[in-house]
Amino acid sequence: MDSIKQAFDLLFSLDKELFRILGVTLRMSFFSTSISCFLGLPLGALIGTRQFRGKSFLKKLIHTWMGLPPVVAGLLVYMLFTHYGPFGRLNLLFTVTAMVIAQCVLITPLVTGLTASFVETASRPIIETARGLGLSDARIVLLCLSEGRASLLSVVLNAFGRSIAEVGAVSIVGGNIQWKTRVMTTAIMLETNKGKFSFALALGIVLLILAFIVNAAASWMVKERSDG
Amino acid sequence: MKKTLAVLLALVMLVSFAACGGKTADAPAQTSAAADVPTPENPVIRLSTTTSVNDSGLLPYLLPVFEQETGYKVEVQSAGTGAAIQKAEDGNADLILVHAKASEEEFIEKGFGVERIPFMYNYFVVVGPKDDPAGIKGSVDAATAFGKIRDTQNTFVSRGDESGTHKAELKIWGDNAPDAAADAWYVSAGQGMGTCLSMASEQQAYCLTDKATFLSMQAQLDLDILLEEGEDMKNTYSLIAVNPEKIDGLNTEGADALIDWMLGDEASALIAGYGVKEYGAALFCLLDK
Repeated sequence: MDSIKQAFDLLFSLDKELFRILGVTLRMSFFSTSISCFLGLPLGALIGTRQFRGKSFLKKLIHTWMGLPPVVAGLLVYMLFTHYGPFGRLNLLFTVTAMVIAQCVLITPLVTGLTASFVETASRPIIETARGLGLSDARIVLLCLSEGRASLLSVVLNAFGRSIAEVGAVSIVGGNIQWKTRVMTTAIMLETNKGKFSFALALGIVLLILAFIVNAAASWMVKERSDG
Repeated sequence: MKKTLAVLLALVMLVSFAACGGKTADAPAQTSAAADVPTPENPVIRLSTTTSVNDSGLLPYLLPVFEQETGYKVEVQSAGTGAAIQKAEDGNADLILVHAKASEEEFIEKGFGVERIPFMYNYFVVVGPKDDPAGIKGSVDAATAFGKIRDTQNTFVSRGDESGTHKAELKIWGDNAPDAAADAWYVSAGQGMGTCLSMASEQQAYCLTDKATFLSMQAQLDLDILLEEGEDMKNTYSLIAVNPEKIDGLNTEGADALIDWMLGDEASALIAGYGVKEYGAALFCLLDK
């Protein structure tokens, strides 16, 4: 089709602006994903391994937060970082940093919730054995994360997927500024607004190709490690 | 696990920095151009503007020239006029370029703007299905045309987003404004101009639009301009610098520099020539100074 051809033409044209947009997109998704996972994986594992009062309520809160509309997360971060907002002095609005923060608000609960559910069901034998051996909570969390890495990879990729595909929050806090905060999704939105549907679709295909490469690389690396 | 993650993250990082790192150097070619370009103390100007001047290509056509000459870097955020003004009131822009007189005056009355400087105009046009089922062609003005659309209950797509175009549309309807809840033929889309035009084309509906956006999209639309240059269809664009006494941390120097440049002879010549080659007529006209 026309869009598919356009997508490859675009990629091979080495268009400066397209590569800039791809660069910003990857940089944003990389930081959103890693920060969210850095916080969410251990937190989720901790919630999954321990029994405590209010646990089911906490899980309900996390699951509710997982359904937070991106636009709301964007607005929240906009209000925090607007010139006269509590963090206005930092001058972070309309920067990639603000976009990363907004995405972390969205994605950390996702990682936490998914990790907790996974650890709770899949790691029960590990947890019981470790408790029997008298290991500390921190050791147990590390053990669960390490033993479940192949499955947890899908949690990480889920986070990455959500980050790279998200448009509502990043357009509000990023402002879709050319050369600076424009990412693939907001560029697609802009082209759609201009009525250039086939070009917008071509950009979408480029985004999919990018996501596929990252996914394939991640799976390949985990497989390498398990085999070797 | 940790090692795998580290390797994975390092790879992603490498890719992302390779992708943007190589480009950072040459992407904004405007700023790294020549040695004799002055470097302003605060080089970033935040311009909050409407979609009709940005998405139609006018600003991407003008601003690189300004940036190259002055060493400033203009960060453009485009949204409907309502949102564009709100961002400035929130202290997140140094100046605005919008087209809604009443809102602009309110912006200044509230103390957010220094002075409203109208500098260019064009005409809204009424577009619609090529066979013009409501027969609005040849109407005296837009109000008459809207009356005919109302009488025949032809579908009409409204921006519905408090943008300058939406406000102009409401002004033309006057007391006869349709009620989106009751009148099924009146579609309040709540979307940008381009999206509304695409919707109008799909539904073979009428729509009020700025000429620039319509011409830039015409090839993809199954719509024609049916009425233009009526007395009530003039669309004036103004520049307003945000008031540094009301909001701190502004780049007022930069905002003034951009305003001076936009009002200067060079920009005037560029604006007057914009669109002539592509569409056979200028998309924006300058107001007499």
